[in-house]
Amino acid sequence: MDIHEYQAKELLSKFGVPIPRGGLAYSPEQATYRASELGGAVVVKAQIHSGARGKAGGVKVCKNEQEIADAAEFLLGRKLVTHQTGPAGKLVSRLYIEEATNIDKEIYLGFVMDRASERIVVVASAAGGMDIEEISASQPDTIIRVSVDPAVGMQQFQAREIAFGLGVDPEIVNKLVPAIMGCYRAFRDLDAMMVEVNPLVITKEKQVVALDAKMSFDENALFRRPHIAELRDKSQEDPRETYASDRGLAYVGLDGDIGCIVNGAGLAMATLDMIKLAGGEPANFLDIGGGASPERVTKSFKAVLRDRNVKAILVNVFAGINRCDWVAKGVVDAVKELEITMPIVVRLAGTNVEEGRKIIDNSGLAVISAETLADAAKKAVAAAKKSA
Amino acid sequence: MAIFINEKTPILIQGFTGRIGTFHAQEMIDYGSNVVGGVTPGKGGSSHLGRPVFNTVKGAVDETGAEASIVFVPPPFAADAIMEAADAGIKYCVCITDGIPAQDMIRVKRYMRRYKKESRMVLTGPNCAGTISPGKAMLGIMPGHIYLAGRVGIVGRSGTLGYEAAEQMKALGIGVSTSVGIGGDPINGSSHRDVLEAFENDPETDAVLMVGEIGGPQEAEAGLFAKEHMKKPVIAYIAGLSAPKGRRMGHAGAIVSAFGESAAEKVEILKGCGVTIAPTPSEMGSTVAQVLGRMKKVA
Repeated sequence: MDIHEYQAKELLSKFGVPIPRGGLAYSPEQATYRASELGGAVVVKAQIHSGARGKAGGVKVCKNEQEIADAAEFLLGRKLVTHQTGPAGKLVSRLYIEEATNIDKEIYLGFVMDRASERIVVVASAAGGMDIEEISASQPDTIIRVSVDPAVGMQQFQAREIAFGLGVDPEIVNKLVPAIMGCYRAFRDLDAMMVEVNPLVITKEKQVVALDAKMSFDENALFRRPHIAELRDKSQEDPRETYASDRGLAYVGLDGDIGCIVNGAGLAMATLDMIKLAGGEPANFLDIGGGASPERVTKSFKAVLRDRNVKAILVNVFAGINRCDWVAKGVVDAVKELEITMPIVVRLAGTNVEEGRKIIDNSGLAVISAETLADAAKKAVAAAKKSA
Repeated sequence: MAIFINEKTPILIQGFTGRIGTFHAQEMIDYGSNVVGGVTPGKGGSSHLGRPVFNTVKGAVDETGAEASIVFVPPPFAADAIMEAADAGIKYCVCITDGIPAQDMIRVKRYMRRYKKESRMVLTGPNCAGTISPGKAMLGIMPGHIYLAGRVGIVGRSGTLGYEAAEQMKALGIGVSTSVGIGGDPINGSSHRDVLEAFENDPETDAVLMVGEIGGPQEAEAGLFAKEHMKKPVIAYIAGLSAPKGRRMGHAGAIVSAFGESAAEKVEILKGCGVTIAPTPSEMGSTVAQVLGRMKKVA
């Protein structure tokens, strides 16, 4: 789960990471008021769940009230498109108004859950301000990596090694170490998956501040971090995904026209692959979970049908513990209840598959049954082309 | 012989008396697994499904001589249950639980390193379908009847996609020595590589099918291991060809965040390591058949 920059900064500052003064605004009027509280030049920053906001015009340095009002007017209600948002972009409904900072040096500081070492790894570079991908491509020698032993956690000396490795003055090291340790403690104590401060700035006044901050959290740990779960902003999500996730379905919206309902994440990915290989485009990834009970099948159809681009639906269920006849009955009931008229291809496998197929074939509905994964994909692609 | 479990392995169920634990324990017993008891803290001394219930894993191991366990404990308590098994001397543990926080799993992995490698518990999962040695024992939640007993090992992250593979193989008359689910989480007990190593050392396995997916370094690592240390052929399918970068596809670990983590990149790396790639998910079985056919010709 991602959160906004201002939320990440607020969390990090509680762990002793220095941040510039700032305030939130939902309107141009609030923006100018916040600026007057801060005094001097300010930066108006669009709050969306994406990096590279600066390049997309989402960060504006303003010298006077008129400029602030204009920037706020321009940004609020606008969809910003970055290379991370996809072509649809993300809606700006909040602005963060922050005091301007006199930048002397920009540092990259990131914390990730490293899957290879199964540890929290700190990545730092003196070439801050760029994406870490850019840094590793253009200046890989500047990258410092430190891995944290989970038994004892990050130690001060590790933060010192990073700080000295960045080549800053000794007096700055003493300010950098608490900032690095603070980010680590926030990562550990809040069950983060990623903390990125880019840039972490050394100001002309020789202060250390987090000028930008990104945090994302382990969804599996939200049960014990209710105050983090509250920070979710549904306006930043694909509405199709919000609908599905609120109903306990794992759903990822895609751009095609074949809706997919599958049990199991791996089989769901494989089904999308099969559709692509058959010349079609999937509209979504959807894992109904192992159970595939009738109510979950119905919920899944509802979630898939909210996508107006869907022209055909492919249901692929491998019934293991449950039986195909039970799943087939669930599908038939859902199609009747929801009065679905678009073509539906159903592929069942596993226990009692013959009985399941019979129920589908004898339902009197225009449901097409398929035997194999390849057969199902081919039929779904043909059906979508026909109904397009 | 198979790997990890056979018909004799004495098995404990952790989270025995819960609804899910009860259901799957019964399925395992019906399959012929040697379930010797279970653990539910607070219910020790009672009996469930005709087997004794214990308060602690240690107590259960002392009484029953259990060597393997399967964890059905809910996510907030699952990491604790795994560490309890490791400490009690369980040799092989499967964790079915989906939704364990990643930092809990980091702690589990670190904790297990306190034990010497020879006596350290092997963990597979969490968030997996378990392990089955067809015709011998089932330590999982899979439908046992879709597996034919035989000499091909399966290792995979996904439950249902693994079933798909087993069923395709069964339709072609190809049997399975052991099928191991390593689960869909970013931090898991055993990697693809670890399981390949176990199959390489198993005299009853001739070839291995690896069912991988996007995200993480484990498929590439396994490829390198196969190239450098394996005599047995490895066949692989990688799911998620059409997955967009940076999006989590159901499994917590199925997200492309770095170079080498997309399906196309993994396929290239594996090909370079001499692994035979099943081009589509409906050709997992037939690709295994081709490789076995080639082996016969050589022999």
